[in-house]
Amino acid sequence: MVEAGTIQTIEVTVNGEKHRATVASRQLLVHFLRDSLAMKGTHIGCDTGSCGACTVIIDGRLTKSCMLLAPQADGAEIETIEGVAPDGQLTPVQEAFHEQHGLQCGYCTPGLVMAATFLLRRNPDPTEDEIRRAIRGNICRCTGYVNIVRSIASAAAREAA
Amino acid sequence: MTTTPAETQIEIGRYVGQNVPRVEDRRLLQGQGEFADDVWMHRQGYAHFVRSPHGHARIVSVNPRRALELDGVYAVLTGEEAKEMCQVPFFQIAPEPAGRIEEYPLAVDKARYHGDAVAVVLAETRELARDAAGLVEVDYEPLPAVVDTVAAADSGAPLLHEQVGTNVAWHGVYDWGDIDWALENADHVVEIDRLHFHRFSSTPLECNGAVVNWDPGTDVVTVTSNNQMPMFASMVIGPTLGVASNRLLFSSQDIGGAFGIKIGSYPQIAALALLSRKAGRPVKWTEYRTDHMLSAGHGNERVFLDTKVAVMKDGTILGFKTRAFDDAGGYLHYEPLGAVIWSQVCCGCYRFKHIQVDYTETLTNKCPTVPNRGYSRLQHLWAIERVIDLVAHELGFDPVELRKRNYVQPDEYPYETPNGCVYDSGDLPRSLDIALELIHADRWRERQRELGQGSGKRIGIGIGSTLDSGTNNFGQARIINPDLPFSGNGEAAYVKLDLYGEVNVNLGTTPQGQSHETTAAQVVADVLGVTHEMVHVTAGFDQRQNTYVAFSGTYASQFAVTGLAAAQGAAEKLRREIVELAAFALQADAGEIDLADGTCYVRGDRDRAIPFIGVANMVYSNNAVLPMEMRDRYSLNCRHVYVPPFQVPDSETKRGNLTLTYASQIHACVVEIDEETGEVAILDYAAVDDCGRRINPKIVEGQVHGATALGLGAALYEAFEYDEDGQLQQASFYDYHAITALDAPEIKTGEIESPSPFTPNGAKGMGEGGGAPLHAICSAIQDALGDRDAIVSDSHNPWERVWRLVHSGERGEPRGVSVISRSGGEPAP
Repeated sequence: MVEAGTIQTIEVTVNGEKHRATVASRQLLVHFLRDSLAMKGTHIGCDTGSCGACTVIIDGRLTKSCMLLAPQADGAEIETIEGVAPDGQLTPVQEAFHEQHGLQCGYCTPGLVMAATFLLRRNPDPTEDEIRRAIRGNICRCTGYVNIVRSIASAAAREAA
Repeated sequence: MTTTPAETQIEIGRYVGQNVPRVEDRRLLQGQGEFADDVWMHRQGYAHFVRSPHGHARIVSVNPRRALELDGVYAVLTGEEAKEMCQVPFFQIAPEPAGRIEEYPLAVDKARYHGDAVAVVLAETRELARDAAGLVEVDYEPLPAVVDTVAAADSGAPLLHEQVGTNVAWHGVYDWGDIDWALENADHVVEIDRLHFHRFSSTPLECNGAVVNWDPGTDVVTVTSNNQMPMFASMVIGPTLGVASNRLLFSSQDIGGAFGIKIGSYPQIAALALLSRKAGRPVKWTEYRTDHMLSAGHGNERVFLDTKVAVMKDGTILGFKTRAFDDAGGYLHYEPLGAVIWSQVCCGCYRFKHIQVDYTETLTNKCPTVPNRGYSRLQHLWAIERVIDLVAHELGFDPVELRKRNYVQPDEYPYETPNGCVYDSGDLPRSLDIALELIHADRWRERQRELGQGSGKRIGIGIGSTLDSGTNNFGQARIINPDLPFSGNGEAAYVKLDLYGEVNVNLGTTPQGQSHETTAAQVVADVLGVTHEMVHVTAGFDQRQNTYVAFSGTYASQFAVTGLAAAQGAAEKLRREIVELAAFALQADAGEIDLADGTCYVRGDRDRAIPFIGVANMVYSNNAVLPMEMRDRYSLNCRHVYVPPFQVPDSETKRGNLTLTYASQIHACVVEIDEETGEVAILDYAAVDDCGRRINPKIVEGQVHGATALGLGAALYEAFEYDEDGQLQQASFYDYHAITALDAPEIKTGEIESPSPFTPNGAKGMGEGGGAPLHAICSAIQDALGDRDAIVSDSHNPWERVWRLVHSGERGEPRGVSVISRSGGEPAP
């Protein structure tokens, strides 16, 4: 059992770059990414793992980074929104969100782009139902999901072409 | 009262009316937006509020000692201390006696709802601030709570604000036409005992947040926040803090959804300013979701009692009367403006001539309400749609035909309502036909008949007819309180030509996904004859560089009118300057100058041309070439304030032109109810929008989708409910089921464009959507109940409530509706 105020050293790889950092044992991974590494693209919309704004990919698994303490990510490889298209370009998923008006305020968008990216890596040709299931853990209050579903379907079609 | 038609109408240009891709997208898709929690300041501390666990309690004492003992805790501010630092309580919109409410940035003496903030802590880290808040010892003496809006109005109810002497925040009778005559002369009177519109919120995905710094050197207070109506916030908190508006500076860049809810963050911002002043440090605050659910503001709950509807035997509805009780929660934040705002749409989509609403707004031990998408109109519009469906149900009319018979007809625009509002344009019957075609209503009607009894399923077809009134006349506030110095509306914009001939625009608005950067660039590009990419619209709002008026912000379905008219007006001023300077340079007449692709040409002679960079050069860095008399005439920095043509409404008769535009939304849907579980599945859904000329159709469609999903969520899943002690039952996304991608249907859209004759660009404000899904889902459930006695009388219909409706006849509850028919007034066949 680690005390609340304890400090730990962790080493994580974020978007291919290794970071060694000292963190409070109780710090949430999402706060570590945002506050310590200054990667502000991963967002926070709730405190209960319900909304998906903080979704990242950890060791190949889609994960809500508010549901993990930073020390639990010690040794992990983390992929965030800042890393999906490292050269400043947009990935086909991001392009599709742009073309299909799949975002409005943009707050849920990084989490949804991560969820969509993860889905298409495992299932390049999803049905509408599979798309909806894949993003059921990501809340969007602006779009009614219509254009998000279209964006992901369109990205799949584009990658297949 | 009429509204003057706008003098000029710009034609659809190269960009206006096109699906120009959004310029906001790139940064947001790359995670490079700047939201409230993305802002840091050197030396900042993190704030966390201490909130009341009680619905109603006397605050006996607040002791911060244990919190302050923790290493890294900078300061604690209590309600008493905050009051001492304030010049005056927050300004109240309400007249006497509710105008006597004394609200300060933190609760003093009493906590009036579960989540009311009684103190705020500043510490080195987020976690520490939260821990320390838990160590602030508050001694409460619990008091009886009142959570029912009708009971709150009773003289014996526990009082929230003793000095007011009542929980009634506002009461008035709206009476237009002659409802008593109508009820006496109607063939049928349909009486509905009680309709209940429930509490919910659009719960923006980004919670409230701010970095507030009371600079000890200059006494300038900067507020970098996601408040969506910063000038209103400034006008409320400035006098309380004793800070002049030229030293109280708001800014924001990206806002993660707001929907009206983020109008309500000003009390917290005021508390943070005081905390910053006390601690001598910048204060950073990011609300946790639970804090948001408890205290950021909910939409208005409303009860309609003893509704009586006057109906003729051919289905013509003469009008109705009702007693409305609106629940504003523990304090009046923006209220009681809701007590008049509904009257923008007093007759809904219909030609009712006789309307009487006895309206009471009460204070209860619940979270204060704030404007929530469709603010105050959707409650009333929902009640009207229930009236239509219940009249159809009770008297045997077809709900489609009954609507069409009573709709305002396309040849009647501009149509003046009984309270003097002017509906600008539209075609409601055609919109309904399109919606019904989109869902293949005829086929579903057949399927409904085939299904028959014993299948365990019921199918229902529903309609939601609604209006999205936009561009308020703030003079309607005087119907609430004649002493208020508010009227009209407006928005400001700057358009300038920059040093090398680039075009820059900045706006008074605070967009939260409504694509202002994209659409303002479309309008300005068309006026100046440049490409869309050549126009840079500053992202977000910053009081230090943007222009504004007191109405500035983003709320109430008005940007397409007010914001874009301001941008258009400023661009036209700049165009005149550019043309005159070019005429001088080219030795031509100003009337001969054309602008295209960022260059000024003499008409018919493309060789005589000067690019914008040349024009900019003459003013900024080469002005000795200009004749003396021209030098101070041109700045290439042009400001325009768009002011709509309003007059002050009559506070006695409660009549006036309260809104400039009326977009319409006609929705139709098909639902299937599982009789065993009460589950409602949406089988088909269509929304038909008419918002006049669409500047960017794809963006309009996106707004329609979003408003529809939020309405569906509210209709079927989302509710804020309090127990009798005032405990909120849904304080997280576990309990408050925000609609997900699995719940939401594919939404079909259709549109017609009836340009508004009253706006400079023919557009109508839109985006709020008027709550049509709530109307449509209730209508469909009613339809699925068929000839059963049960009536849909609540706007929230989760499985359990629907199950009860389906099985109600088995237990013989009172129906809640009755019909009195006079001689000759036989029900329709």
